[in-house]
Amino acid sequence: MTQNVDAIVVGGGIHGCSTALHLCLAGMKPVLIEKDYAGRHASGVNAGGVRQLARHIPEIPLSIRSMGIWEKISDLLDDDCSFESHGQVLVAENEEELAVCRTRVAELNALGFTHEELIDATELRRLVPAVAETCPGGVVSRRDGAANPAQTTTAFRRKAEQLGATVREGVAATNIRSSDGLWHVDVGAETFAAPVLVNAAGAWAGKIAADLAEPVPVETVAPMLMITSRVPHFIDPVVILRGRKLSFKQFSNGTVLIGGGHLAIPYQDRNETVLDWKSLATSARTVFELFPVMRSATIVRAWAGIEAKMKDDIPVFGPSSRHKGLYHQFGFSLHGFQLGPGAGAVMAELIVNGGTQTRISDLGIDRFHPTTL
Amino acid sequence: MSVAPKREDYDVVVIGAGPAGLAAAATSAEAGLSTLLLDENIGPGGQVFRAISSTPVTERSQLGADYWVGAELVQALRASNAEIIHRATVWSLDRNLEIAVSIGGASAFVKAKRVILATGALERPFPIPGWTLPGVMTAGAAQTMLKSSALVPDGRTVIAGQGPLLWLLAAQILRLGGRIDRILDTTERGNYFAALPHAFAFLTSPYFAKGLSMMREVKAKVQVVSGVTELSASGDGQLASVSYVAGGKRETMPADLLLLHQGVVPNVNLAMAAGVEHRWDDLQLCWSPVLDASGNSTVPGIAIAGDGAGIGGANAAVVRGRIAARAAVEALAPAAVAKLAPMATLRSDLAKAERGRVFLDKLFRPAPQFRIPAGDTIVCRCEEVTARDVLDSVAIGATGPNQLKAYRRTGMGPCQGRLCGLTVTELMAQARGKTPQEIGYYRLRAPVKPITLAELAAVPKSEADVKAVVRG
Repeated sequence: MTQNVDAIVVGGGIHGCSTALHLCLAGMKPVLIEKDYAGRHASGVNAGGVRQLARHIPEIPLSIRSMGIWEKISDLLDDDCSFESHGQVLVAENEEELAVCRTRVAELNALGFTHEELIDATELRRLVPAVAETCPGGVVSRRDGAANPAQTTTAFRRKAEQLGATVREGVAATNIRSSDGLWHVDVGAETFAAPVLVNAAGAWAGKIAADLAEPVPVETVAPMLMITSRVPHFIDPVVILRGRKLSFKQFSNGTVLIGGGHLAIPYQDRNETVLDWKSLATSARTVFELFPVMRSATIVRAWAGIEAKMKDDIPVFGPSSRHKGLYHQFGFSLHGFQLGPGAGAVMAELIVNGGTQTRISDLGIDRFHPTTL
Repeated sequence: MSVAPKREDYDVVVIGAGPAGLAAAATSAEAGLSTLLLDENIGPGGQVFRAISSTPVTERSQLGADYWVGAELVQALRASNAEIIHRATVWSLDRNLEIAVSIGGASAFVKAKRVILATGALERPFPIPGWTLPGVMTAGAAQTMLKSSALVPDGRTVIAGQGPLLWLLAAQILRLGGRIDRILDTTERGNYFAALPHAFAFLTSPYFAKGLSMMREVKAKVQVVSGVTELSASGDGQLASVSYVAGGKRETMPADLLLLHQGVVPNVNLAMAAGVEHRWDDLQLCWSPVLDASGNSTVPGIAIAGDGAGIGGANAAVVRGRIAARAAVEALAPAAVAKLAPMATLRSDLAKAERGRVFLDKLFRPAPQFRIPAGDTIVCRCEEVTARDVLDSVAIGATGPNQLKAYRRTGMGPCQGRLCGLTVTELMAQARGKTPQEIGYYRLRAPVKPITLAELAAVPKSEADVKAVVRG
């Protein structure tokens, strides 16, 4: 028997869960379908960076919108998500890199964005005392921070369910089709029907789009992370580098997370990744050089989460260019976690109100499928 | 003095130099395959034959004839062309058969055509109130000290639990002049009935007569309390007393040392991290790899032998090692199999070595209250998570061990779940009314043993580094 709901959200990552939650807040009854469990992949195992810093310009408005939600995340979810705001700092390792930073901040200022701030060597040392002496400065985004990704995604899922979302985990959404103005999706023995379908299936979203005749240039990637044993507290902000792949964050329990975008080999069909230790060694070398205090720390675990990366590194977000009632929310290209809360809110506005005040026009799927109307 | 592997590629890499690994490496090398044996300890032997080449215990009867069988295995291996590296900690193995190994503080990578995992067993967690107090240790840890350094307890000592190793350790301690004040046997009375139908097979097992005489030897010298149904350790920052209930009567006795043991379970960490499928074994109450008759796992090229393939004891481990190695030879150098014992012979040897195992599994099946703790009893030592904490997390939506990590960080400490994994699975299964198989286990990742950042940083550069680009 087919169950009629207001919206079908495919994908239980932070994006799907956030959209389901915001649809509930707008008075709708969505169903959330997740083939594994909420936060199983990238949303649950990413670096947890809550970063406006160093974003592509088309997604900055969405990021700023999201930041406002992050700052009140406990009010929304009854869970603090371990969100901490100690800023994020981009370190320039030499004068050439600092010049690039200067240009970037000036460009943002000209566009009216003020969240990124150029800093000199003195301020860099004040924010990140442990950084190597040779670094001449960088950029700070002071409201940025970090959260626990699994805790956050789980909290979104839990709150959505409390507010009336139907959640189906452990069963894939299959046989997605539309008839008589309704989207139909099979979930095991069940079938759901709704006028709205949100494709938030992460690494699996590209196939859904392609099956619905909207293929996009997307690949499956698995960025690697590793975490150390506890070391004495020495750093508050999250640190990223201008010139090399590194992100670096110490948690309140003393463990240090090292990431930056080196990739594992994804085996998507098996939900598995195979780590590339020689690339992780590169990250280790970078940390070794920049943070001598870390040299004797031990690496206790490394992992990678499977996600979608677009050819142009910005997400596909907004209504379908071909089908009524279909919305895409995927391809966040290694930087989707911070966007999750805001993207869910904006997606609910698009679905319920037919529009949003947040500028997202450069993120649409029509950039790959120009409408010829 | 550390030695790096001589080559980057081997036909066969064997991990672990216990009975299975020693036998597997010798068989593989004997057939002419390039063979590397990597082992974490300072010498060959694994747990059961620990310090076989170096033990200060020279009186053979003190450690028992079974122990000295290890010396023959070592001899056979040393006579072969196998390359053997000790103090070598394998910290990563993946489904492409890439192995990362730390030797003397430096890491190397080798690739194998076949990998035989012989990583053996570890002791089942015994999470009773007070089990994390200094002064409480596992029987296995005590046996390690006994074999490698001839150290035995001299303070007030209580041994609690069950299983063949417990009696063996007690006998060895007594033979070396150590002190045992009391043995608390936690074997459930009902187990004797459950095991009875399998007793005949056990009677014909070589373990039977030895086990019986060992128990007799111990019981002649130490007070043994059987039918213990409750057990706890207490003390202020240090073990002071052990409290137990037997036959409905509670008793508390002062103690300086409590040795706990309730059997061993496969050490699954490396195999799981490599992607090998495991299933819950309802008889042995642990995760065991899914294997074919030759020990091949679900990851092509990875075979598992010894207790890591399911607890079978040292004799079975030796045969499983030979079977897995023979299968590797069949695949890589079919012409050389003629030199080896026929598979049919090996399989019948294995059947003989495994005879009576079901009896032991049934008899020494640990009681639920010693596997599934309650209240304030610590479950995860690394992160100090109690049974109540786990149940609270289940109540607000944690569905399995991996989800639990997000709530309580269980299994995320340096031990990677070795000391809490089975407890967490069974506790969550009970709380959610599911089977352990449905609840599942931690997804394990490398490094399976921690390595320092400096060591990883010193790994030789790859081509990818040269091409490294600005972050996207």
